[in-house]
Amino acid sequence: MSDPGPTTTPDDPKAPGNGPAARNGPADGAAVPLLRAEGLVKTHHGEGAPARAVRGVDLTVRAGEFVAVTGPSGAGKSTLLHLLGGLQRPDEGALWLDGARVDGYSEARWAVLRRRRVGIVFQFFNLVSNLTVADNVELPALLAGATPRQARSERASLLAELGLEGRERSMPAELSGGEQQRVALARALVNHPDLLLADEPAGSLDSKGTREVMRLLQRFHQRGQTIVLVTHDARLASVADRVVSFFDGRVADDAELGAATSPARPGRPGGVGGLVDLGD
Amino acid sequence: MRLALLALLARGPAHGYELKLELEKLLGAAYPQPNVGQIYVTLGRLEKSGLIEGEEIAQSSRPNKKTYRLTDAGREAVAAWFEETSDEPRVRDEFFMKLALAADSGLADRLTLINKQRRQYLNSMRELSRLSATEDRDNRIAQLLIEGAMLHLQADLDWLERCQEELE
Repeated sequence: MSDPGPTTTPDDPKAPGNGPAARNGPADGAAVPLLRAEGLVKTHHGEGAPARAVRGVDLTVRAGEFVAVTGPSGAGKSTLLHLLGGLQRPDEGALWLDGARVDGYSEARWAVLRRRRVGIVFQFFNLVSNLTVADNVELPALLAGATPRQARSERASLLAELGLEGRERSMPAELSGGEQQRVALARALVNHPDLLLADEPAGSLDSKGTREVMRLLQRFHQRGQTIVLVTHDARLASVADRVVSFFDGRVADDAELGAATSPARPGRPGGVGGLVDLGD
Repeated sequence: MRLALLALLARGPAHGYELKLELEKLLGAAYPQPNVGQIYVTLGRLEKSGLIEGEEIAQSSRPNKKTYRLTDAGREAVAAWFEETSDEPRVRDEFFMKLALAADSGLADRLTLINKQRRQYLNSMRELSRLSATEDRDNRIAQLLIEGAMLHLQADLDWLERCQEELE
C-alpha cells in the first residue's frame, strides 16, 4: 500500500518517479516510518525518589498502523505517549516524525505540530468548558488556518459521522462522557492529522462508551488513520493491529495481532465459542 | 445441553430441529453451534428418564417428526436448575502449572511463557471484538455472552500482569 503524503492526492501523476516529493521519502510504500523513537528516557523528579517512567524505549510506527500500548497503571505508558506528542520532553533519546527530528523542537513548534499533524485525545476529554461543541471542534481548524466556512463544513461532517448531530450548540457539561469523548475525537481529527494519539480514551467511560470508542477508532483506522493508543483495557487494545506490552518503563513484548501466532493451537469447536462453553 | 433443552421446552412443545434453531438465535455466533445429532441423542435420553415425552407427527411428503413436551418431572427439574447457584469458573490451571514449574525445569522461561500466553489472550480478545461487531447489536443475550467472555479474558490478562510484576 502506498501512502501519499498529506499534500499529494492518490492519483497525483507526479507522485512516483523522481519528482519533487523528496521530503516525504519514496512513495513506493518503503517510506520513512511515520514515527520513530530511539532510546527515549524520562525520569520524573517529584517528592521522594526519582521515578524512572520511561527507561530506554525504541518504537517505530508505520503510516496506517494502529498500535496499542498496554500495561499496568504506573508502567509509564502515559508518559511515553506524552513524549510522542511533545507534551513532555525526553531526558535522553531521539524522536522523528515522518523523517524529521522533532525531540529538540521548541514548545511553539510542537504546538504547531500538534495543531496540524498530531491529534491527541485524553482520558478526561479536556474540552473547553465555556465553548459549545461546535466551537470546540472548529477552533483548532481556524487556528490551523482554515476559513470559517471550511471549519464549519469539516465540523459538520465529523459530528454527523460521530452521531452528534443536533448537539452543536450544547455545552460540554451537558453531554454524557461518551459524547464528550466523541467531541474530543472530532476535535483531534478536524485537521486530518497524520497521527492520532489516544491516552486511555475509554478510561472514564462505562462499558457502552468503551464499545463506542472501540468502534470509532476501528473505523478511522480502516480509512487509513495512523493511531497510537495507550490503554490498560485489553478490549480496547485488541482492536489494534499491534500490541506493545509496557512494563516498568520498558517494552516487554511487541506483537502483531491477527497474525498466526500459534499454528500448533488446535481450532476450538465454534472458534472463540470455546471461551463461552456452557458445558454439557 | 440437557437443562438448556428442558428450559427451552418449558415455553412449549417443539421438535429437535426447532430447538437447535432457537438456541442458535438466542445465543448468537459466540456460542458453539449445537450439533443437531447431539440434540436428538439428548432428547432421547431425556425421554427415557421421563423428563419429556415425545409424540410422532405424521407428515405427508416427509418423514414423521417428533414433537417433545415437558413432563411434570421435567418442569420440576428445570425449576430446581434455576433454583441452584452455578459454580464460578476456575482459573486456568494448565498455564498456572507451566508457570509454577518452568523455572526449575530448565526447559522454559517464565517471562517467555507469560508473553506467549498474553499474545494468545489478545488474539482471542480480538476475535471476540470481531464477533461482537458482527453479531446483531439488538441480540442482547448474545452480546452479553461475548462481553462476559471478554471480561474473563481481561481478568486473565490482569493476572498475567501480576505474574509478570511478581516474577520479573
